[in-house]
Amino acid sequence: MQQCLPCKCYRNEEGGKMIIVDTANHIAALAAKMARPHVIAAYPITPQTTIVERLAEYVEKGELNAEYIRVESEHSAMAACIAAAATGARTFTATSSHGLLLMHEMLHWAGLARLPVVMVNVNRAIGPGWNIWSDLNDSLAQRDTGWIQFYASSNQEVFDSVIQAYKIAENEEVLLPAMVSYDGFILSHTSMPVEVPEQSKIDEFLPDFKPGWILDVENPITHGNIVPPEPYMEIRYSMQKAMDKAKKVIEEVGEEYGKKFGREYGLVEEYRCENADYVIVAMAAMAAEAKVAVDELRQKGEKVGLLKLRTFRPFPHERLKYDKMIVIDRDICPGLGGIVYNEIKGNGSEIYGFIAGLGGVDVSYKDIERMYELAKEGKEGWYPIEVK
Amino acid sequence: MLKEIIFYGRGGQGAVTAANLIASAALKSGNKGVQAFPFFGAERRGAPVKAFARISDEEIFVRSQIKEPDIVVVLDTGIMDAIDVTQGLKKDGIILMNTNRRPEEISLPYKVATVDATSIALKNEILVGGIPVVNTPMTGALVRILDGIKLEALKEAMVERFGKNADKNAKAAEEAYKAVII
Repeated sequence: MQQCLPCKCYRNEEGGKMIIVDTANHIAALAAKMARPHVIAAYPITPQTTIVERLAEYVEKGELNAEYIRVESEHSAMAACIAAAATGARTFTATSSHGLLLMHEMLHWAGLARLPVVMVNVNRAIGPGWNIWSDLNDSLAQRDTGWIQFYASSNQEVFDSVIQAYKIAENEEVLLPAMVSYDGFILSHTSMPVEVPEQSKIDEFLPDFKPGWILDVENPITHGNIVPPEPYMEIRYSMQKAMDKAKKVIEEVGEEYGKKFGREYGLVEEYRCENADYVIVAMAAMAAEAKVAVDELRQKGEKVGLLKLRTFRPFPHERLKYDKMIVIDRDICPGLGGIVYNEIKGNGSEIYGFIAGLGGVDVSYKDIERMYELAKEGKEGWYPIEVK
Repeated sequence: MLKEIIFYGRGGQGAVTAANLIASAALKSGNKGVQAFPFFGAERRGAPVKAFARISDEEIFVRSQIKEPDIVVVLDTGIMDAIDVTQGLKKDGIILMNTNRRPEEISLPYKVATVDATSIALKNEILVGGIPVVNTPMTGALVRILDGIKLEALKEAMVERFGKNADKNAKAAEEAYKAVII
């Protein structure tokens, strides 16, 4: 039996594999630690706080050799990460909801400066209507900032995605910041088993960051000066190209991770989509719950599958080519509708959209089964306010 | 087979820790899928709280809250005046209560198991601020009711979680394991 210090988490040896049972927040902190960041800048906010608390413990106990910067706001946290990343440092921060919204300006900065900052966002609803529970609006509202966005459905995926996020963000063809998001409480405070690879294997998979340029006092350069219209447009163009490249890199890194650690990842995960008349599209914890709904419905003879969106940026349009899709949004764009639904709408498919689970409303696999039945009747809308 | 458990207690009694200990012990006993999570509310010391645990021989994909538990564990029977702890409990479900009464003295239309976890906690000096903490003896009693979790695995989970404070908790768990009346 191996003791995990400083965390008091449970460990187990199973055929040489290290399996721990802990919350997604502690798992995210462990993954960040194992990625060996040089600089962590963070400000606490529920339900993220236990990530940065755990990282502070790691640094304090000498288990992680990183500069831990306690800042006065999330805006400053991101500014510190940007500045550190510009010197070639590997950086990490974590936030939620209003913290992420306060970072918004700096998120654009990290994206446009092409700095591979990695962040965890624990999805939480936006107030007023003060609410600490899960809702994807906080991170989806950052969709235009140039950040790669991953959504995790299990604590294992949180660990694996944080490690992969660094490798993808730092890829010289990509060089974009990356955000790993997961549901507040539903994952953040829920203990689940997670297989943790050895540090040496992580080090092999994730070598040191090799930046193309750095801010260096010995060799001063100017960065972030005024840019005339044409070069500005080129900056934007190269960012779009980098996002396109990121699709290939995400698949490659996910495959490499699978070969090394036994769990393969990509832009999407398809589940029982073979011969499916309808495909449910969901992300984050809702996608795990939908697996159970698909199993139940398949048992009843219904031809239904699941497409879990792992990445929202870049958006994997080319993988959403099913004739009939049922999209479940735990988010809302007022005046338009479900954000994911509207991303997909217009691709020629028959699409039914449901808004469900905002502000942490519990959505069970039985609710998802019901949404499927409603879609078959041609219905869609806010569940269960409009349709149930 | 998926087993779903709800723990009812008061903030500070360790209901969430109990759920975590059971999940860890279940994994150590060979269950592939385990989950432990609090009810996502604004918990305060002394206020009624809920915690959940799921145990399965397969990976668990359910992320929603438990509505129809197989087992309900009541750490503090005082909350039963305010909360219907049997809500959603499966017909053949079991309710495990911390009380010095015997199951036949309790009139509930469910299978009842009882254990005097408060006395066991006091005897083993498991106290926080002078108040007995009953979560660890209750997990011992629960292991007796659940199939497929070993008492040794529970003790191991306690050693990992509590370090040198594990001994008295493990002892209390074993006493409750033996004392529970089903």
